[in-house]
Amino acid sequence: MSDKTEKIEKTGRLSVPKTYKLYVGGKFPRSESGRVYEVTDSQGKWLANAPLSSRKDARDAVVAARRAFGGWSGATAYNRGQVLYRVAEMLEGRRDQFVREVAAAEGLSKPRAAVVVDAAVDRWVWYAGWTDKIAQVIGGANPVAGPFFNLSSPEPTGVVAVLAPQESSFLGLVSVVAPVIATGNTAVVVACAKAPLPALSLGEVLATSDVPGGVVNVLSGRTAEIAAPLAAHQDVNAIDLAGADEALAKELEIAAADNLKRVLRPQAVDYFETPGTERMTAFLETKTVWHPTGALGASGSSY
Amino acid sequence: MASAFEYAPAPESRSVVDIAPSYGLFIDGEFAEAAGGQVFKSVSPSTEEVLSEVARAGAEDVDRAVRAARAAFGKWSALPGAERAKYLFRIARIVQERSRELAVLETLDNGKPIRETRDTDLPLVAAHFFYYAGWADKLDHAGFGPHPKPLGVAGQVIPWNFPLLMLAWKVAPALATGNTVVLKPAETTPLSALFFADVCRQAGLPRGVVNILPGYGDAGAALVAHPDVDKVAFTGSTAVGKEIARTVAGTRKKLTLELGGKGANIVFDDAPVDQAVEGIVDGIFFNQGQVCCAGSRLLVQESVHDEVLDALKRRLSTLRLGDPLDKNTDIGAINSAEQLARITALADQGEAEGAERWSPACELPSSGYWFAPTLFTGVTQAHTIARDEIFGPVLSVLTFRTPDEAVAKANNTPYGLSAGIWTEKGSRILAVASRLRAGVVWSNTFNKFDPTSPFGGYKESGFGREGGRHGLEAYLDVR
Repeated sequence: MSDKTEKIEKTGRLSVPKTYKLYVGGKFPRSESGRVYEVTDSQGKWLANAPLSSRKDARDAVVAARRAFGGWSGATAYNRGQVLYRVAEMLEGRRDQFVREVAAAEGLSKPRAAVVVDAAVDRWVWYAGWTDKIAQVIGGANPVAGPFFNLSSPEPTGVVAVLAPQESSFLGLVSVVAPVIATGNTAVVVACAKAPLPALSLGEVLATSDVPGGVVNVLSGRTAEIAAPLAAHQDVNAIDLAGADEALAKELEIAAADNLKRVLRPQAVDYFETPGTERMTAFLETKTVWHPTGALGASGSSY
Repeated sequence: MASAFEYAPAPESRSVVDIAPSYGLFIDGEFAEAAGGQVFKSVSPSTEEVLSEVARAGAEDVDRAVRAARAAFGKWSALPGAERAKYLFRIARIVQERSRELAVLETLDNGKPIRETRDTDLPLVAAHFFYYAGWADKLDHAGFGPHPKPLGVAGQVIPWNFPLLMLAWKVAPALATGNTVVLKPAETTPLSALFFADVCRQAGLPRGVVNILPGYGDAGAALVAHPDVDKVAFTGSTAVGKEIARTVAGTRKKLTLELGGKGANIVFDDAPVDQAVEGIVDGIFFNQGQVCCAGSRLLVQESVHDEVLDALKRRLSTLRLGDPLDKNTDIGAINSAEQLARITALADQGEAEGAERWSPACELPSSGYWFAPTLFTGVTQAHTIARDEIFGPVLSVLTFRTPDEAVAKANNTPYGLSAGIWTEKGSRILAVASRLRAGVVWSNTFNKFDPTSPFGGYKESGFGREGGRHGLEAYLDVR
């Protein structure tokens, strides 16, 4: 609040700080638990009270994500690309806000935070361009030895729980959320516990970017507390453990085995580097559809 | 069914294959006794005759085999891809040359008809080695980055329903990508894997690259849990798959699972009935229904239910059950007494829950493990036989009225491995195929396999794909 206090002194005007809320099913609820926790900057100064999400919030978010899955996965890849690009446009428009929030969250200088935010916007654009290409790159026609035609196509696995990285509140967040939804999955995102504000603000961007409600749901709070019910949830199809430490990751992977969720284990990632396709393919299924071919010329009546 | 033309027996000679009275474990290029000195017997399911006595691997043997595989890994992975390819091509050729021996051996040990081992299993085994041989020197082009790397030692656990084919699915891509292998075949069907050790010997494969440990679940568990294994691949039941997923949690081990299924075979009212009936039969009676992707739930559009069922029953009456080595046999023996008991219990439960049971007139041999082809009508989604994988020649018939209902019923299962669609309408095939949550969708055909085509499940049918370019990913470090 140091900025704001300064401003009061200069202008005599009291600033209007934001009440940060969750983003679930396209709406901005408070935690059903009524709990909040104090979010501070790197100097320990109070920034805001973020919602301390409960297990019930996690379950509500899964319901919203499941409801959104049919429409989002059924949209054309071109359409999803348009929507993702729209998110990048809106992020760019709020660049200053995110620079401020990232600087405060991660203790960065404004110019350094600007580099991070720019990289995040560019990362989002990168994934926007992938939506209608990934199927061509990783799917294809298989040369079957027989009178059959078959095609292998990637399909989204469903609802993906995403534990956002703890060390990168915005670039890291964007780098794990965008690939999940680019391919048609829907996401329940657990924001970085210590610095959740950029993630909660991302919710506001998504809400105004033609992303259907429920496609991305953002929860803030203690990662372990929210992740446990997500890893055990029978209607969650996959989990990205990026934000879990070693012990928690193991515990969650064991819980995830109960319905054989796809698990992406935590790994060392330099979020400034252009990623590979693994974050997309980790949450894609491959469907192979067969059909007989008529044996043209072999037997006149076969087709 | 009485027929004007009775078939004379046409047995394939079993003298083409020599079965040793006993086999050891195959570790580091040599056969060895189990450390604990334990053995078990492999019996022929069609006669209960003891075929051979086989060393039973324990934890100590697993450790020895993993060390052998680790020792072999450095050289094997450093070999130019083109050289690895040549070994795989050699294996493929030897499998082709010896396919008659292998087909007879597999039929004796597994109980499946010689017609299937000869015409399906063995050609596919050779084809898998040929296919992956060609990848070994082209991995930079496989789409997993410019320098994809092998993972290390692969621990592979395979089931008894397609013993040699499952070996090929696991071993071929593992070797092509530069990994070394410790493979545990199922306790009821170890013989073709041990025969494969001899194929490796003939191919001159460096020692330690392939190690084979016949044994029970305890050996599989020890292999999966071994700290020096980098990759775990398992084909088998969903329950065991979940246990394995828990075991490897928190480790570096990459995991692929090919698990159970409860495939829906959907017949629309415009389907060509005779072709559909062939597909239904193939879908559930191929390999006595002991197939993870079997079309065990038949969903028939209500308006053609009676017509399809009549044709199906007529067709089932022509199936020939009996000696698996007879070239005319369609239905062989159930793999084990244990599996027969499971099938029997589930079928009895189907009857107890009120579904209507039907089998063609069918005489079962007096020795061995046999189960007549069976279908249940009047099945609802709540019935156990519509939900649980039976893994036997038991078909549950349900009905539907609209495509939406068909899709909803087909997807109403925790499994997601296979599905079938029978309709003459192309747009309906595409629409329904895209809505089915299953890894393989066969339209106007069923149970077709090919090494170029990825195979694997959605949901609780497991993760990862085997076959095709996708099958390489399971054995490579990718980003």
